[in-house]
Amino acid sequence: MGVELMIVILIVFMLVAAVIALEAGDLLSSVIAVGAAGFALSVIDLLVGAPDLAITQVVVEVIMLVLLIRVVLKRRDRAAALSSDLLRTGLCLLACGVLLAVVFLAFGGLGGETAPEGTMPPFGEPVLANAQDAAVQPGASKQYLEQTVDETGAVNAVTAVLLDFRAYDTLGEATVIFVSVLGAYALLRQIGRRKEGQAP
Amino acid sequence: MKRHHGMTSIVKNTAQLVSGFIAVFGLYVALTGHLGPGGGFAGGVILAASGVLIVLAFGRGISATIFGDRAVHIADAAGASAFLVVALLGFLAGGVFANFIPTGDPHLLKSGGTIPISNLAIFVKVGAGLLGAFLALSAFRLTGRDGDT
Repeated sequence: MGVELMIVILIVFMLVAAVIALEAGDLLSSVIAVGAAGFALSVIDLLVGAPDLAITQVVVEVIMLVLLIRVVLKRRDRAAALSSDLLRTGLCLLACGVLLAVVFLAFGGLGGETAPEGTMPPFGEPVLANAQDAAVQPGASKQYLEQTVDETGAVNAVTAVLLDFRAYDTLGEATVIFVSVLGAYALLRQIGRRKEGQAP
Repeated sequence: MKRHHGMTSIVKNTAQLVSGFIAVFGLYVALTGHLGPGGGFAGGVILAASGVLIVLAFGRGISATIFGDRAVHIADAAGASAFLVVALLGFLAGGVFANFIPTGDPHLLKSGGTIPISNLAIFVKVGAGLLGAFLALSAFRLTGRDGDT
């Protein structure tokens, strides 16, 4: 219960930080608010028992914060002022309400026992989990946890899943990073060379 | 105007002391990814952080003598290729990504078959990729500012 309360508090903090990031007039304030939301997310990862994800989240967040602050500080751009239209705000609130209602119903509404069939399992019991009296069939996670040490010899089941059982996913992820970095090289180097040629 | 590259000498000395340890810690996180929390991705980002620290403290002129653009690009491509080679070497044992190295004893550093090798490849790939993106962005900023003023 304590952990769930802390998670809820952190989620509220993240929501406030996200709204500040959207509404702040200064780009630097927006960047710092985004960083605060990311760090809160890493604390949530730690609380729900995902240290691998928490480590990655923290280091990526530090790098992105440094990079964005460096870019924003030197360029001095002003954020485009958002028009505070009443209709727009109302539509945003309506969309948020519909989203929250759908999530609430999808997780089974109020009661766990009266939850209709076919909805998502209760919060904290993912589909792949292997609870004893779970309504859903035990998925692949049981097999993974039982066979990790025998088949791969790795103690950390997360790494074993990432690099052995589901290595195709990791290959795709690495390809995505490679292509995006390649795109960044191409775009930024082109502009840099042209301005270097123009300056003298 | 640009006589002083980078930051003050306090920052430079601290960065000089610390950046090597940060890089070694990234290697540690990547190498022990199959024994505890961590892995190639997190370790690679930590490696890129040490490079970013050097670039921020000393400026691009001095950091280019340690790691140039070309070296970073080659390391990026080499890491990606190494991961792909590990995947294709799985054909020795029957299929793509098959674990063809004996798994060894659990809880030892030399265990897990191909997992530490894949972690190292991803470590090099992610570290060099993020550092290269940072270098490209900082070059873009420098020329952009010179063009503006």
